[in-house]
Amino acid sequence: MATVLESVGRRTISELDYVGSLNIQLWATLRAMGSALPFVGNRYRWQATVRQILQIGVDALPMVALMAICTGFILAMQGASELRRFGAMHYVIDLVAVGFTRELGPLLTAIAVSGRSGSSFAAEIGTMKVTEELDSLRVMALEPVEFLLAPKYLAALISVPCLSIVSNVCGIVAGGLFMFFSTRLAPPLYLRYVLDSIVLRDVITGLIKSVAFATIIAHVGCLEGFRVRGGPDSVGRSTTSAVVKATFLVIVSDAVFTAIFYFTVKS
Amino acid sequence: MPIISIRDLVVEYDGRRILDGLNLDIEHGETLVLLGGSGSGKSTLLRQILALERPKSGSITVKGIDITRCSTAELKTVRHSLGVAFQSAALFNSLSVRDNVALTLREHTKLAPSIIELVVWMKLAVVGLGDFGKLHPQELSGGMKKRAAVARALALEPEILVLDEPSAGLDPIVAAELDDLILLLKEAFQMTVIVVTHEMPSAFRIADRIAMLYQGRFTAIGTKDEIRASQNPRVRQFLDRVPEDMTKTSAIADYFEKYLQTQEAYR
Repeated sequence: MATVLESVGRRTISELDYVGSLNIQLWATLRAMGSALPFVGNRYRWQATVRQILQIGVDALPMVALMAICTGFILAMQGASELRRFGAMHYVIDLVAVGFTRELGPLLTAIAVSGRSGSSFAAEIGTMKVTEELDSLRVMALEPVEFLLAPKYLAALISVPCLSIVSNVCGIVAGGLFMFFSTRLAPPLYLRYVLDSIVLRDVITGLIKSVAFATIIAHVGCLEGFRVRGGPDSVGRSTTSAVVKATFLVIVSDAVFTAIFYFTVKS
Repeated sequence: MPIISIRDLVVEYDGRRILDGLNLDIEHGETLVLLGGSGSGKSTLLRQILALERPKSGSITVKGIDITRCSTAELKTVRHSLGVAFQSAALFNSLSVRDNVALTLREHTKLAPSIIELVVWMKLAVVGLGDFGKLHPQELSGGMKKRAAVARALALEPEILVLDEPSAGLDPIVAAELDDLILLLKEAFQMTVIVVTHEMPSAFRIADRIAMLYQGRFTAIGTKDEIRASQNPRVRQFLDRVPEDMTKTSAIADYFEKYLQTQEAYR
């Protein structure tokens, strides 16, 4: 019994330590973010931020778009198969439009970015740690949080919401294609129904979520990199851990945000 | 007044004492070689001098600032006067050799890009890599990487140059070339040089003084001739390359004793 309690206690302390480290890192990054901003910050940090935006955002665009199109089709087909029985095919439009803007667009984007960029952050920083590059930065009076993390975080804050909007559009377009081929609903009419079914609040709540997801992905990825101990094998472990933890935390935070929006903002 | 002063330095990892009450003064303009076997605490002491880790107790004063207790701003000032070449070179693989050397100049000075380019070329020329600036670290040989790391360490014309195992893993000719380079730098720039090594020929070639570490303590500190003439058994063992009698260590003796007991039990 004592061993079980001891193990639970140790695990709890370890998880609290992890959450604490995430918060400390977030605070340190927010303080260093000014240097990554254009015009007012350091020119080289902003250049690094732009490079990161290209990697996190532009490079992920085809993947996110394809995932959103496939999911849009799936959602429309699954919805239609049930709603058709009640003669309520037009609700498929609401399902796809509201489902994507509030939920699926940001979530799919977060999962894609977590797999691509979260793992890449962990691998990059972890390798730098193993090869003493982080120590090298410190002795050159360059703080790794400002030098590495701030550009990555700012880039994620810009890229993930933009990708979410692309995902929303692609998902809704896929729903429109399905409606056109299954019910011959004209695209302009579909668009009007879509605009009728979603409100600005849906888009804003989706974007708020995507900002939170970007924060989780960037910070979990980088923290896993900073926590690498030992040799190259631990870089591999931290990369896997970054994806698993970021995806888990994204889904948990999604549930929390959805509950908050459900209970506080009544339609 | 010494440029670096170490007083009663104690370092522990998980309760295991690595450095045990070290005292050392390093004078301005001297070349001090930290000598010692594997696991003697050389690299740990170096990490303390670079303020990459905090000691359990004691102090390290660099240019009059106690780096174990100073503020971040003070530490930054100290680090501007340090140039460090790590054992693994720790060059940034994502940057060209030229950009590696230019990094601190871009970050910590307001020099025009054309001047930075000129300074970088000069630093690379000093270490014999004037024509290799465009290459990336992965395209360089081991010796060239170490030279590039020295060039990067020299970028801000530091008062103190720290070299961690500069000859490790290099063939004798390249190692001798690096020794020549260290002597040249000392003569040309009048800088204080700290070299961590366990290569005896290299140590005796470049040192003004040698400090020898054994099990976290200084067993001898003196000039090259004093160390050569030392009758300290540990120094003699190191200089005369006498192997440690492994069977006398308690862990191995315990193992053999248990092994013999088991063998007797089987009979």
